[in-house]
Amino acid sequence: MNLDLNLQVIAPALIVALSLLLVLLGEVFLPASQRRWLGYLALIGLLGAAVVAAMLWGANLSGFGKMVVADAFGLFLTLIILLGAALSVLLAFDFVRAHQLDTGEFFALVLSAVVGMIGMVTATDLIVIFLALELLSLPLYVLAAFKRADKRSLEAGLKYFLLGAFASAFFLYGIAFVFGGTGTTNLGRIAAVLGASPRSDVALVGMGLLGVGFAFKVALVPFHWWTPDVYEGAPTVVTAFMSVAVKAAAFGAFFRVFLVALPELAADWRALLAVIAVLTMTLGNVAALLQSNVKRMLAYSSIAHAGYILIALVAMGVNGAGSALFYLLAYTLTNLGAFGAVIALSDGTRERLELNDFAGVAKAQPLVAAALTILLLSLAGFPPFAGFTGKFFIFGAAVESGWAWLAVIGVLNSLISAYFYLRPVVQMYMVEPAGGWNRLRVAPFVAFVLAIAVIGVLALGIVPAPVIALASGGFLK
Amino acid sequence: MPEDYLPILAMVVVVIGFAAAALVVSAITGPRKPNPAKLSPYESGMPPFGSARRRISIRYYLTAVLFILFDIEIVFFYPWAVLFRQLGLFGLIEMAIFVAILLVGYVYVWRKGGFDWD
Repeated sequence: MNLDLNLQVIAPALIVALSLLLVLLGEVFLPASQRRWLGYLALIGLLGAAVVAAMLWGANLSGFGKMVVADAFGLFLTLIILLGAALSVLLAFDFVRAHQLDTGEFFALVLSAVVGMIGMVTATDLIVIFLALELLSLPLYVLAAFKRADKRSLEAGLKYFLLGAFASAFFLYGIAFVFGGTGTTNLGRIAAVLGASPRSDVALVGMGLLGVGFAFKVALVPFHWWTPDVYEGAPTVVTAFMSVAVKAAAFGAFFRVFLVALPELAADWRALLAVIAVLTMTLGNVAALLQSNVKRMLAYSSIAHAGYILIALVAMGVNGAGSALFYLLAYTLTNLGAFGAVIALSDGTRERLELNDFAGVAKAQPLVAAALTILLLSLAGFPPFAGFTGKFFIFGAAVESGWAWLAVIGVLNSLISAYFYLRPVVQMYMVEPAGGWNRLRVAPFVAFVLAIAVIGVLALGIVPAPVIALASGGFLK
Repeated sequence: MPEDYLPILAMVVVVIGFAAAALVVSAITGPRKPNPAKLSPYESGMPPFGSARRRISIRYYLTAVLFILFDIEIVFFYPWAVLFRQLGLFGLIEMAIFVAILLVGYVYVWRKGGFDWD
């Protein structure tokens, strides 16, 4: 037998998969009153995977015939995904009970999506990336529709499924074209073939189709139409999880495919992606200005943030990839925290979703209001928060690589975004409270998530140097 | 390299040509003696009754999905069985893990009542 089965490389994903199986068994064998433990089981699995991923750091292992690697880039994203998933699980503890969702299935689906995400950021073969993309997408379609009694949740699930299946087909077609043009699906070999042979139009078509698949998953204009409806309709915890972890996973594969396999075609895709980045940032921010629903506003804001991260891909190089990793970490903490605050302010199953619902919250819940304010300021890119340093690194990378105009448009967009991020803050602090809301104690897990998010956002904002050093060390080669 | 694909183009042309020729020739030369049995949708099958647009119990879909799942399991078993001796103990353990994972799914469906009709 000559199989290159290096199980160490996929150990983090294996641990998550194992805890997924245990959660499924627990769901059917534990009595309903004990199912709360399944959440702890999921947390233990995610933490265990994080510890193993940290132990693999620096070893640069590869396995399965170079189809999977555990390089610093993949491991950094793995840790971001695990952090996002763990915080989402913490948010979900009381959420699933309050909304009477199926506990075990919820955690099992989250874990199964995490396995796909880890696969996606550590794969170095287009086929494995596609396999991981499907493993990531299928549980999320179900999770988006998880509130079965709610029509809007069902609509979100159906829309996400139909458009997602369509995008997967584009992606697969792209793989076929790249294979047709280069004769391989291995990312490193694709680059070698493209570098050695004359310009291949077939591979160029493949590049475009792969780009469409990725653009859909990370919600870039003009493939963003599903985002607001899905983010609004899906249960808030699922929206929180989707908005951060899927972005980290899909951007990971996006960067890896374009920087490792297709750098020879950079002259073709850089200008194209620069235009898409401008459109994405501008449309996301301008549309967010017009929203009165907070979940929809955060959906458009997530589109805008995808545009900022795309600037880092256009910048390429160590700085581009490093700044994108830093930004994804900052964005994960900030966005999860913001959704956590929305959950913390809800009154049972009734959530504060409209802007006026936030009126006078600062008086009733001063700590949550303060946390939400910090997180929104970080999303807007105010110093000294993580959102500012993240944007600083990305725009810095763009200027250094000669794309200064792109950075200028990014800065202008940040200015626009400050307006809509500050609107809930104004409501919370400057408007008299509206009646009809019970003041509920914030669940300890949710409070914990908020605390982690705020501390993380401050730490990344004030002392970014160690993290950006780690992130830049994760450059792909 | 596009010229490498010339045989495939030739095959496409031949296949389409053959199919078209067969249809045209049988349409021109074939005898036509219709009777009610020949004109029914399934010539040697059951006579059709009722409309096909009936409502069907949603449980059929669950049954069908479960069937596909375990059918695919069998598909994976075939190549493994053919190469069993070459794969040796390694193959046995790999297949045991594969079956164990599917077994978890089976137990889950069973305990959730996926196999109960009512």
